[in-house]
Amino acid sequence: MRLIGQIAVNVFKESVRDKVLYNLVAFAVLLIAVSYLLGQLTAGQDMKIIKDLGLAAIASFGRLIAVFIGIGLVWKEVERRSIYSLLSKPIQRYEFILGKYAGLALTLFVNVAVMTLAFYAVLAYLNTQYPESVQVTWSAPATDPGMLRAILLIFLELLLITAVALFFSTFSSPFLSAALTLGLWVIGHFNDDLRSFDAVVESPVAAYFARGLYYLLPNFGAFDIKAQVVYALPVPWQYVVTTTMYGCVYIALLLTGAVAIFSRRDFK
Amino acid sequence: MDAVRTEALTKHYPVGFWRPRSYVALDALTLDVRQGEVFGFLGPNGAGKTTTLKLLMQLTYPSSGRAEILGKPVGDVSVKRRIGYLPENPYFYDYLSAEELLQYFAGLFGYGAADRRRLVATLLDEVGIGAERRLQLRKFSKGMLQRVGIAQAIINDPEVVFFDEPMSGLDPMGRREIRELILRLRSRGCTVFFSSHVLSDAEALCSRVAILASGKLAAAGELSDILALHARGWELVMAGLDDAVLEAATASGQVERVTPLGVRRYALELPLSVAPDRLVTDLVSQGAELVSVNPVRETLEDFYMRQIGAVPHERGLAPG
Repeated sequence: MRLIGQIAVNVFKESVRDKVLYNLVAFAVLLIAVSYLLGQLTAGQDMKIIKDLGLAAIASFGRLIAVFIGIGLVWKEVERRSIYSLLSKPIQRYEFILGKYAGLALTLFVNVAVMTLAFYAVLAYLNTQYPESVQVTWSAPATDPGMLRAILLIFLELLLITAVALFFSTFSSPFLSAALTLGLWVIGHFNDDLRSFDAVVESPVAAYFARGLYYLLPNFGAFDIKAQVVYALPVPWQYVVTTTMYGCVYIALLLTGAVAIFSRRDFK
Repeated sequence: MDAVRTEALTKHYPVGFWRPRSYVALDALTLDVRQGEVFGFLGPNGAGKTTTLKLLMQLTYPSSGRAEILGKPVGDVSVKRRIGYLPENPYFYDYLSAEELLQYFAGLFGYGAADRRRLVATLLDEVGIGAERRLQLRKFSKGMLQRVGIAQAIINDPEVVFFDEPMSGLDPMGRREIRELILRLRSRGCTVFFSSHVLSDAEALCSRVAILASGKLAAAGELSDILALHARGWELVMAGLDDAVLEAATASGQVERVTPLGVRRYALELPLSVAPDRLVTDLVSQGAELVSVNPVRETLEDFYMRQIGAVPHERGLAPG
């Protein structure tokens, strides 16, 4: 565990020095600029748009980091041969994989946490700009803590994307890993359609195949509850907990696969 | 207990996509390295030296055969605590300084923060980059990276250290410093296993060597024995030698080769069958002066060439 922690801290240090956290500045600028512009255009109803946009931005910036750093986590070490010195130290290959994953998870956590704080700060400021007569027309308060549920699931989605990217990067090039990860993410958003595929096709084989894919592929759509929280629709904790458990199991399976592949790999 | 032991260690790589064939990178290598010795692992580029080291570090897995370090199978974490490894042309994390990198690696061995700082400062001075300790590694030259690589290889005060081409990228001063470092390691009781294609390094440092050619073990043993077996004659360096005297000596068949070194100064190569003292007496009586006489040993280069000439047709692609 200590070794995994040390490898993770090194990944985090690399992300910071590679200026990955600069995306926070971009996020802040985007949020402030959009808030200002919307404030000029609409009266009162912009709060939902800002919430929706803020949550989407947290997810999008996080996805970029998860995919584009995730695919390079292992590949870069192998390609530059820095892994040769590292694996000659008293660490096991599984500790290397888990350390790399934990490092990127830590980077994402810091990113999401800072973006969330900035998001709530902007919402709190905007709240002061509207009279109470406007505020009562909103379906939820500006700094609705219910949005944290959506952010928690966004973070879990990012952890899942990272696990997918890491899994592919243990055996393929960064370009292929990125393509496969993004492909899986897109398909994973239409996962519910696969489940009800038998309603639109007559072939039972195609329906079974689609149902099989539904169970096999990660259901990324389940992590997206932005619309519900923005419109203050109920999202029971039970759903959040179940989805979290689903994400954790999927991540564990992917990491097990990544470790299994990486442990057998020859570094030529 | 040997420091390193391999038995019929073999590595094949598949080559080709549609019709994969097996490329023999290392063919049934059996050798043993004794504790406390500096062992030279020699061979030209592509001989299989780096493949062997990767197998010993479990960066690749053998196709067959086995390897042990300090009596335990390679890859055993308890063994990794007791060994060090410098890869060929080492590369590290651009964003770290030399000091941070070594502290990171020292942490993997479980050193506490205070020990890490003290250890890293000593090591950086020992390999000659103490002044650049806070410089990011992306700004390091190849030679400086090599020094960082050596420092990380000995950070745990290893019992056995594996250096893959340790002199690579170093200037003459750097090479001498690393030679001295290897001798210091030996005096501490550390076994040094180093691969090189630079023969003078091996001659200066090693007691025993193994010579690899085209993936096969060509020879192993005491360096002096391997080369002495192939001593091939004598070299006389004579001054004040007249052309007529030289021609007569050559015509007599006693001299195999003449190399001019300066005005009336020549190196004469004699076959092993000719006693040099008689020729020297003869030449000195005709006004020449003896500068030196030395046995002509086969160099490792000659040895390589002979082995490489003999082995390559036995290696290579075979149906997979």
